[in-house]
Amino acid sequence: MTSSRKSTLLHLGVLALLVVLFFVLPPYHAGNLSRIMVLAIYAMGYNLLFGYTGLLSLGHAMFFAAGMYGFGLTLNLGGWPVPLAFVAGVVCAGALALVIGLLALRTAGVAFMIVTLMFAQTGYLVVLYFGTYTRGDEGFVIQQAQRMLGGFDLTSETGRYVTALILFAICFLGLARLVQTPFGRTLVAIRENEERTRMLGYDAGSHKLRALIISGAVSGVAGAAYALLFGYVGATFATVQYSIFPLLWVLLGGAGTTIGPLIGVFFMFYLIDTSSTYTNAYMLIAGVVLVLLTVFAPQGLAGELRKRVFKWLP
Amino acid sequence: MAAVSILETRGLTKAYGGVLANSDVNFKLAKGKVTALIGPNGAGKSTFVGMVSGRTEATSGQVFFEGQDISHLPAHKRMQLGLAYTFQITSIFPGLSVHENVALAARRKLGKNPEALEAKVQAVLTRVGIADRAEQIAGDLSYGHQRILEIAMGLAQDPHVFILDEPTQGLAESEVDDFIKLVRSLAGETTILLIEHNMKVVMETADFITVLDQGMVLAEGTPAEIHANADVQAAYLGSTPHA
Repeated sequence: MTSSRKSTLLHLGVLALLVVLFFVLPPYHAGNLSRIMVLAIYAMGYNLLFGYTGLLSLGHAMFFAAGMYGFGLTLNLGGWPVPLAFVAGVVCAGALALVIGLLALRTAGVAFMIVTLMFAQTGYLVVLYFGTYTRGDEGFVIQQAQRMLGGFDLTSETGRYVTALILFAICFLGLARLVQTPFGRTLVAIRENEERTRMLGYDAGSHKLRALIISGAVSGVAGAAYALLFGYVGATFATVQYSIFPLLWVLLGGAGTTIGPLIGVFFMFYLIDTSSTYTNAYMLIAGVVLVLLTVFAPQGLAGELRKRVFKWLP
Repeated sequence: MAAVSILETRGLTKAYGGVLANSDVNFKLAKGKVTALIGPNGAGKSTFVGMVSGRTEATSGQVFFEGQDISHLPAHKRMQLGLAYTFQITSIFPGLSVHENVALAARRKLGKNPEALEAKVQAVLTRVGIADRAEQIAGDLSYGHQRILEIAMGLAQDPHVFILDEPTQGLAESEVDDFIKLVRSLAGETTILLIEHNMKVVMETADFITVLDQGMVLAEGTPAEIHANADVQAAYLGSTPHA
């Protein structure tokens, strides 16, 4: 069996597993899984830029928040229908990524991290500044009545799970396909050796900009989906914490692997969920586990699997 | 030089502060031939090809490639026009397989045609003699094989002009002989600009030689002419008796 066939089977298998899990899991865990899938979309968007292109952004919360507010504000204040508001959210995030990319991609390495961090901080302050509309830190709730799609209730457990799974599947398969295209391979080349890539005749700058736009837009999908499925839009999601999360998830799951982001989010979610049932000091446990993983599995869970067992892992 | 030139520089100059790495270099590269660029250390050879390939920005002067002024094009555009460049210090994709390294080089042209791409990669790997190592991670290769891989990446682009910056540096004697054979087999297929310290390689492969000294062209001609040139002997060959 060729590697590409194996990876197709793997991706379809993961999706099949997620379908099965909905029927076998108790409602509490199914609910968790909806959230995990939405956050995994965010992690996958981040992974395209960090894991595949080698650009470490510390400001992705601005794209997540752009999707969230682009969706929430057009829906709430503009009265737009759900699909249109959703598209608005994604377009907002993509457009923001274009603008940020044109400025921030003039830098590299540590400077890029700092510039994206600062822009995200600006984004957070903008949300607070326009408190009249965004309700600032307090945020606003999207009423259940607004979260309907053609008679389909997106607030029910089933509605949530199905929507999250569909969106996750689109992004998952789409990105898995993208990284196999010549474009995706070139992103990996840039990560490995940008100067060499340029001297092979590739326009590294435009590749990085396109990667950032796609990464931002996918993060926007996650932000809009989060608001849609969980009914809340707030400035917390624009804070630096939400820029660090995707980095952690991707590092844990395996940067530059297609299934790493899902694994990372899942692992982190249940790590905190489980340890918090035993002790109040759950962040301590989470911290220790994170340190251990970084020491013993520096390439993340999926990355180590690829290195040791499944060399074909995409 | 009587031959048609494919690449030409006029008054190419590079100043680092007050130091002139290259001053007023007028150079013509004969189409389909192997031209060696030689000169003592610090003569400005790498700076010169850096300006030709677009890696280094020229302070003044112009570069013409196939009749087109490319002086202001970024490096990747120059590569797209048909230049290829191998680095003096080995520069490959160490984390990727040998196959993928070459595929990346070929994909810019053949990206839409997977069969042709695969055929090209196989052909190039076979030609340079590392086809059996296609699945190895490039960073695990020996130094000599990494140099060869880098040449393979140049060939995979089907360049009109192939710039090789000290390709035999650090190679074993037998590998150098293989390299000489490879360059000879390319004669007529493409135009080669070779920066080289190894005089054996230069004398056995070059159709023409240009000698740079202190950033300026000291002499140009066939290997026999250069060998007989008194200025060159004084500046360069005289100091390397084994040549």
